Amino acid sequence: MVKRLVVGAHYGVRDWLVQRITAAYMALYTLLFAVAALTLPAMTWEHWHALFSGRWMQFLTFLFFASLCYHAWIGVRDIWMDYIKPLGVRLALHVATALLLIGYLAWVARVLWRL
Amino acid sequence: MSTQVRRRPKFLDLREIRLPLPGVVSILHRISGGGLFLFLPFLIYLFDLSLTSPETFAVYKGIVGHWFVKLILLGLLWAYLHHFCAGIRFLLLDLHQGIDLEPARQSARVVLMVSGALTVILGVWLW
Repeated sequence: MVKRLVVGAHYGVRDWLVQRITAAYMALYTLLFAVAALTLPAMTWEHWHALFSGRWMQFLTFLFFASLCYHAWIGVRDIWMDYIKPLGVRLALHVATALLLIGYLAWVARVLWRL
Repeated sequence: MSTQVRRRPKFLDLREIRLPLPGVVSILHRISGGGLFLFLPFLIYLFDLSLTSPETFAVYKGIVGHWFVKLILLGLLWAYLHHFCAGIRFLLLDLHQGIDLEPARQSARVVLMVSGALTVILGVWLW
């Protein structure tokens, strides 16, 4: 019988695939952002604020941070699984990581939709 | 029949291991990812400040103008660029592009050089 750990890897390729899809999206967004930021007429609050006030930019930026959080969840979880052996400690770190990332995403959403 | 257990060579002394170039890219990918995760709240905090109002934008400018903060941001810029370049290399390896030994070494070298060069160029420009 396969020994299943509650903090194991879930033994599937879904996370592996999600990590790559989110990476591809973040790479595209990075290029888009780099072009948009480097072609700003001047680095003032007015121009910077206008860049993120467009509905499309807000949506794409939120999607970037959502991808980042999911991507980071998989990557950081892999780090804990590789180096942290006691199950209790590992579980605590998994929970802390997941909650932090959810909180960060909510924070970004608030910043973006306040504009 | 020999009863002696064959002792396999175990070589895990971190001070003695000489990682090949693809191994260096790999461990730096992990370190840069972990570092970016640790500094994520700081980066979102700066993002928040930079967008909220002209007043908070001025506060943001003050923070990122400090030489020590600039040094940290330069490190994070390198981490992002390395993670980006190495990530593209890993995606290509997943698609079975350049998986032979020589191309793999070559692409590892390219990742280190491109991310380093971009960090210097963007770093100088932003500093």
